Amino acid sequence: MTIVVAPPTGSPDLPRRRISAPVDTGLLRRPAETEKGVWSWVTTVDHKRIGIMYGAASLVFFMIGGIEALLIRLQLAQPNGDLLSADVYNQMFTMHGTTMVFLLVMPLSSAFFNYFLPLQLGARDVAFPRLNAFSWWAYILGGFFIYSSMFLGGMPNGGWFGYAPNTSITYSPGHNIDFWIFGLQILGIGSTASAVNFIVTVINMRAPGMNLMRMPVFAWMTFVSSFLMLFAMPIITVALFLLSFDRTFGANFFNAGAGGDPVLWQHLFWLFGHPEVYILILPAMGIVSEVLPTFARKPLFGYSVVVFSGIAIGFMGWGVWAHHMFAVGLGPVAVSAFGISTMFIAVPTGVKIFNWTATLWGGAIRFTVAMMFSVGFISTFVIGGLSGVTHSLVASDTQQTDTYYIVAHFHYVLFGGALMGLFSGFYYWWPKIFGKMLSEKIGKAHFWVMLIGMHMTFFPMHFVGLQGQPRRMYRYDKGMGFDMWNLIETIGSFIIAVSLLLFLFNIYKTTKNPAKAPRDPWDARTVEWMTESPPKPHNFDHIPTIHTVDEFWHRKYAEDENHQMRRVATAEQVLAADPVDPSTIHMPSPSFWPLVAGFGLPVIAYGMIYRAWPVSILGALTIVGGLFGWSIEPSAAPHDDHDDHDDSHGHDGPETTFAGALPAGS
Amino acid sequence: MTAAVIDHGHDAEAHDEHGDAHGGEHHATATGVSNEKLGMWVFLGSECLLFGALIATYLVYKGRSVNGPFPHEMIINGKKVPGVFDIPFTSVSSFVLLMSSLTMVLALSAIGRGDERRLRIWLIGTALLGSTFLAGQIYEFTAFIREGLTLKTNLFGSSFFVLTGFHGAHVTIGILMLLALANLSRKGKIPKERAEVVEIIGLYWHFVDVVWIVIFTVIYLIP
Repeated sequence: MTIVVAPPTGSPDLPRRRISAPVDTGLLRRPAETEKGVWSWVTTVDHKRIGIMYGAASLVFFMIGGIEALLIRLQLAQPNGDLLSADVYNQMFTMHGTTMVFLLVMPLSSAFFNYFLPLQLGARDVAFPRLNAFSWWAYILGGFFIYSSMFLGGMPNGGWFGYAPNTSITYSPGHNIDFWIFGLQILGIGSTASAVNFIVTVINMRAPGMNLMRMPVFAWMTFVSSFLMLFAMPIITVALFLLSFDRTFGANFFNAGAGGDPVLWQHLFWLFGHPEVYILILPAMGIVSEVLPTFARKPLFGYSVVVFSGIAIGFMGWGVWAHHMFAVGLGPVAVSAFGISTMFIAVPTGVKIFNWTATLWGGAIRFTVAMMFSVGFISTFVIGGLSGVTHSLVASDTQQTDTYYIVAHFHYVLFGGALMGLFSGFYYWWPKIFGKMLSEKIGKAHFWVMLIGMHMTFFPMHFVGLQGQPRRMYRYDKGMGFDMWNLIETIGSFIIAVSLLLFLFNIYKTTKNPAKAPRDPWDARTVEWMTESPPKPHNFDHIPTIHTVDEFWHRKYAEDENHQMRRVATAEQVLAADPVDPSTIHMPSPSFWPLVAGFGLPVIAYGMIYRAWPVSILGALTIVGGLFGWSIEPSAAPHDDHDDHDDSHGHDGPETTFAGALPAGS
Repeated sequence: MTAAVIDHGHDAEAHDEHGDAHGGEHHATATGVSNEKLGMWVFLGSECLLFGALIATYLVYKGRSVNGPFPHEMIINGKKVPGVFDIPFTSVSSFVLLMSSLTMVLALSAIGRGDERRLRIWLIGTALLGSTFLAGQIYEFTAFIREGLTLKTNLFGSSFFVLTGFHGAHVTIGILMLLALANLSRKGKIPKERAEVVEIIGLYWHFVDVVWIVIFTVIYLIP
C-alpha cells in the first residue's frame, strides 16, 4: 500500500491547510492558486489543463496541415497543375508531413496521455507537474518557431525526413532547413521530458492495488510509447545536430567529397523514424482497447496478450528501420534480415486485431460514434497493415519506393489508423473532459463523411502508385493514366475537410448546449470514470483501491447465482462518498518558470539560424535563469502551518532538477 | 519537479516534495524509489542513446577521412605520418576524471553520516577534478587546432570534436550542479535527510564518467 487516502475532513486532531497566498520568490511573483483567466492557463501545472491545451493546439495545427494537404491535392487534381510552384509545393509537402507527425498526432496523443494517464492510474497528477508544463511550452513554442519560417524566407522544403545531403548548405542554402532542424530539436526536448515524466508516473504513481497488470490498456500503451520516445528522440537529436554542424560550422558529416556518407543520415533518421511510427499508433491502439470493451459490454479479450503484443511492438519496432531504405543498396543480407523482421512485426499487430475482434464477438454492442471510430480504425488499419506487409517483400518494395503506393500505405495507418483512434477518444472522453456530450447525430455524419472521404482520397493512391506515379513530384503529364484517380483523390480530400468542419461544428454546438452529461454516460469500465466530469483539480476525493482492470465496472456489476453479470449499483451509488475539503489536499502550485525556461529554446534557435551568437547566449541564459527560478521555487507554495513532525527536511529547499540543482538563494 | 500530489493520510504533508525527494519517506511512491531518482535513471537511459548515436557515428567514420591530420600514426606512401593523439596526456586526464567518481562517492558517504563539512569538501573536490579534465580537453582541442585539425578539416575532425565536445558539455553541466550543491550545503540546505539529492547528481556524474571510459577506449585506444 503506497498511497494513503487523505483522511476525511473534520478529524479533530489534524491541522487544516488553507489555500496558500501567493508568495514572492524573488524574480517573478508566485502565481496565486486562485488565479483566473489567461494567467491561470499560462501558469498552470495541472495535467488536465495541460492536456486540454495540447488538444486545442494540435487541432489548430491539424487545420494548418490540412490546408497544406488540400493545396497539394489541388495542385495534383489535374495534369500539369499550375497552382503552386515547385518550390512552394516542396514546402507544402514538407510542412504537411512535419505538421501532421510532430504537431498533430504526437501532441494529440500527448493530450490524451496528459489528461487520462493520471486519472487511469488513480493519481492526483503526473510525477513532475512543472516538467509537464515545460513540455507543453516546448511543443507550442517549437510549433510557432517552425511556422515563423513562413514569414522569414520560406518554410522548410526538404521533406519531413530531411535527407542529407539534399538538406546540406550546398543544395539548400536558405534558412528553410535550419528552421526545420531547430524546430524539431525544440520539439524533441519537450518529447523527451514528457517521456521521462510519463514513465516515472506509470512506475511510481499508481493507486494502491494497481499493479502493472491491472493498468488500463491505454495507460500501458502510454508507457510503451513513452519508452519509444525516450529512446528514439536522442537519435534524431544527434542526427539533427550532425546536420546543423554541417550547415552552421562547416563540418563534414554528410559531405561526400570528404568521405561523408549520406546513408548515415538515413540510418539515424529511420532508426528514430520507425519507432516514431509506433509512437504515433500505439496511443490510438490504447484508446481503441478502452472503447471496444465499453461498447461491447465485455472485458477486453486477452488483456495480457494485448499488453504483451504492445510491448512486443515496442521492442520489434527497433529492428525494422532499414525497410525504409531498401532502394539504397544495403546488400542482400541486410535487406533480407530487415524484410524478415518487417514480416515478423506484423504478428503482434495481427494479434491485437484478433483480440479486438474477439472482444466484439458475442458482445452487446452499442454503435455510438466512439465505437464507430474504433471499428473504423480496425478495418482501415488492417488495410494499411496489409500494404505494410507488402513492403517487407524487398523486390516488390524496390518497385514501390517513392511512389504513391507508400503514400497510400502510411495514410491508411496514420489517418485511417492513428487519427480515427484519436477521434474515437474525443467522442468517448469528451463528456469526461468537459462534462458535456458531443452530439451523436453530428458525430455519425462526421464519421461516415470522414470514412468515405478517407478511402476516396487514399485508396486510389495504391493504383497510381503501382502504376508508377512518384511522390513529391509537383506535376505529372497527361496520358500517364493518373488523371482520373488524382481527381478522385482531390475530391476525397475535400470530403475529409467537410468531415472536419462537421467535427468543429459539433464542438461548437456542444459548447453552446447547456445540457450536462450524465455521470457515467457510457457505462464505462475503468478508473478514470470514478470521479466527477470534469474532475476536480485533485482528481479524486478519495484515491480508490484497485482490484481489477475494470475496477469501475466491477463496482457496478456482480455475478448472480446463474453466473450472469447483474447491475448491483448505479454509478451515482458507487461514486457517492464524503466530499473532501479541497484545502486538505495540497496540489502543486502554478508556476511561471516552465514558460521562462521553455521560452529560451526558440531564442537560442533564432540566434543560431541568423548567426547572432549574443541572441543564442541570451536564450541560453534565459533557460539557465528559468531553471534557477524553478529550482529555488518549491513546487507547492509553503504553508503557514507547516508541520515538521517526521521530516527535518527544509521547507522551502530547492528541488532537484535534471537540468541542475542550480545555485540557490534562500 | 516533484511528487507533489500524494497524500499520506497524515495531513497535507502529503504532497510535500521534500518528503519524497530525499529518501526520508519512501513509502510515498508505488515502488519506494523517489520520483526524482527514478526520473534521473530514466533520463540517463535516454542519454545512453544520445551518446550511442554519437559513438556509432564516430565508428562509422573511423578511418574514412580522405585527408589528414589523422588520429593515429599512419604510413602513407611509405612515409610515416604522425597522429595527433597524445595518449599519455589523455590517459592522465582520463584518470583524473575517473578519480572524480571516487570523490563523488566520498561526498555521498559523508552526507550519509551527516557530515556536511566533508560533503562540501568532496563536492568541491569532485568539481575541481572535473574542471581539471575539462582544462585538459581544452588544451587538447587547442593543440589539435594548432596542428591543423578543426571541425572542418576532415571526417575525423568533425566526428572527434562533436563527440568529445558533447561529452565535455555534459561534464560542464555536471560541474555546475556540483557547485550548486556545495553552495546549497553551505546554506544548510542539504541535511542528512536530503542526501538523495547528492545521490541523484552523483548518478549523473558517474554516468558521464562511464561514458568517457567508452569514448576513451573507442577514440584513443583502438587504433
